[in-house]
Amino acid sequence: MSAADLTIAAAGAVLRSGDLSAAGLLDAVRRRIAETEPIVDAFLAMDETGADSAAAAADEAFAAGTDLGPLQGIPLAVKDNMVTRGVETTAGSQILAGYRPPYDATVVERLRAGGAVIVGKTNLDEFAMGSSTENSSFKVTHNPWDTNRVPGGSSGGSAAAVAAGSALGALGSDTGGSIRQPASLCGVVGMKPTYGLVSRYGLIAFASSLDQIGPFARTVDDAVTLFETIAGHDPSDATSYRGDVPQVRADLESGVDGLRIGVIGELAGEGMEPDVLAAFERTVELLSGAGAEIKTLSLPSVEHALSAYYLIAPAECSANLARFDGVRYGLRVDGDNVEQMMAATRRRGFGPEVTRRVLLGTYALSAGYYDAFYGQAQKVRTLVIRDFEQAYAEADVLVSPTSPTTAFCIGDRTEDPLSMYLSDVCTIPSNLAGDPAISVPVGLDGQGLPIGFQILAPALGEPVLFRVARAVEDLANFEARPGLTAGEAGA
Amino acid sequence: MARVGLSKDELERYQAQLGDILEHAARVQALDTEAVPPSAHSLPMVNAFRPDEVEETLDRDEVLDAAPMRHGGYFRAPPFLEES
Repeated sequence: MSAADLTIAAAGAVLRSGDLSAAGLLDAVRRRIAETEPIVDAFLAMDETGADSAAAAADEAFAAGTDLGPLQGIPLAVKDNMVTRGVETTAGSQILAGYRPPYDATVVERLRAGGAVIVGKTNLDEFAMGSSTENSSFKVTHNPWDTNRVPGGSSGGSAAAVAAGSALGALGSDTGGSIRQPASLCGVVGMKPTYGLVSRYGLIAFASSLDQIGPFARTVDDAVTLFETIAGHDPSDATSYRGDVPQVRADLESGVDGLRIGVIGELAGEGMEPDVLAAFERTVELLSGAGAEIKTLSLPSVEHALSAYYLIAPAECSANLARFDGVRYGLRVDGDNVEQMMAATRRRGFGPEVTRRVLLGTYALSAGYYDAFYGQAQKVRTLVIRDFEQAYAEADVLVSPTSPTTAFCIGDRTEDPLSMYLSDVCTIPSNLAGDPAISVPVGLDGQGLPIGFQILAPALGEPVLFRVARAVEDLANFEARPGLTAGEAGA
Repeated sequence: MARVGLSKDELERYQAQLGDILEHAARVQALDTEAVPPSAHSLPMVNAFRPDEVEETLDRDEVLDAAPMRHGGYFRAPPFLEES
C-alpha cells in the first residue's frame, strides 16, 4: 500500500512515529498524482514550492517537538474557488485566467496554521455552477471509478483527488450539493456544515446566502478533523456565526441506539435509480438493526425546493458576478468606452452555463418580474425551513439518497441544462434551510459505481450528524477503492 | 443589465433553454404563499457590527498588480463619459 492511500488519522500516526517524514508523504502523493492526473485531471494548478516548504516546515516542527495538530504534514487539496496567495486561482473561469490573489482565504489560512501541506487547486464547474465539472473552462475531470464518467460537481476535482489518493483530504464548496453529490459519485465522505460555521472570506462568491465550505475525506473521522480545523467565527465574514462551534468528537462513537431517524418520503422513492434506492433501504435497515427508531416523514415543500433554488441562486449569482468587469482583476477585452469594454470582457470571459445563470438571475430580479419569481422563491424558502422544523420535532436526523443516480457518462447531460439541475434534487433543500448535511459511501451499483447515503441535521446539529455518519460508515463497511489505483505497484 | 454582449443567434439559443428552465422555476407560482413571509437567509441574522477601528489592509501594489491596467496608484479603465 502506498502512503497516498492512508487516512489523515493513520498518516498522522505514521508521521509521529518517525517512520515517514512529511516530505516523504508528499513524495508518495506526488507519485500518485503523476500516475493518475493524466487520466483523472483533478487539478488546475499545483503549488510545488508552497507544498515543499510546508512539508519541510512540518518536518522541522516535528523535529523540534512542536505539534500543530492532526493536519501537520498532511497533503491536502483545495477547490480553485478559494483564493491562495500568489497561487493562480481561477474558479474554473477564463475571466480569471492567470489571476494570482494577494491574500489567502480564511479556510486556507486555517489549514496552513494547522501545518497542512496544500498540494494544489482542484478543478470545478466554472464559478461552481454545475453538477459534473464539465462546465470548467479549462478541462473535464474524470471519475476515478470509471474515467468515461463525470466525478459530479461542482467540486468534482476535490472529490476525484481524494478518491484517487492524490490528496488525503480536500476542501470543496456546497451551494446546492456541490460537495455531497460529487462525494457520492466518487465514493468518498463529503460534508456541508451549517451556514455560517465556516468563513466564506476568500471564497469566490456564487450565491452568498447558500454557499458553504466543507470537507472531503475518505473517512468520517477525517472529515471531522477537517471540519474542526476550518470552523469558527471570522470577523472578515459578516455572516459568520458568532457562537461556539458545536463539539462533535465527544459523541462520535455513540452509535444510533435510541435515535429517531426520519426517512424523507419525497426523496426515497420515485425518480431514484433502483440500485441507489436498494442501497439506501439496506442502510436504513442496518440503522434500524443497530437500535435506531425509523419513521417516514413527509416534507411536501421539498418538491418545490429545486424550482425555488433555480431562481434564488441565479439571482444572487448575477449580482455577485457583476464584479467581473475587466477593471480590477482578470481578463479585459478592450472597447471604446467602459460599457463596451465590460460587455466584451464578460462575453469572452464567461462560459455558457455562467451566461445562462446571469441572464436568468438578471431576469428574475428585474422590475415587473421580481415578485412573481424571486419574491415567490423566497417565500417557498420559508416553507422549506418550516417543513424541516416540523420534521426535526419528530426526528433527530433525516436521511435520503445523496444523488438520484450514480456517476453518469461525460457529455450525457450537457445539452439539457434542466436534466443536469435535477441531479441536485436531494441536496438543495439543506442549502435553502442552511442546515448541515453529509454524504457517506455505502455501496456500489451493478456497474461498480459508488452510491452515497445522505444524512441531514438541524442547524448546529453537527454532533448528531457526524455521530450517525460514523455509525453508517461502520454498518455499511464500504472499503472499496477505485480500480484505477488498485493495480498500482506499491510505493 | 447583464452586460454579456450576446449576438442575435446566441440570444435565440439562450431564449429556448431559459424558457424550459423558467417553466420549471415558475412552478413556485402554483403554491399559495399569501400568508408566508419571505426568507432572504436561512438563519435569523441581524446586522454584524464591529468596532470602527483602522485595520491593516491588503498591500496596494499587490492588489493593483492583479489589475488588467493600472495608472500609478489607480485602476485604469476606458472613459465613462463621452467628450462633448
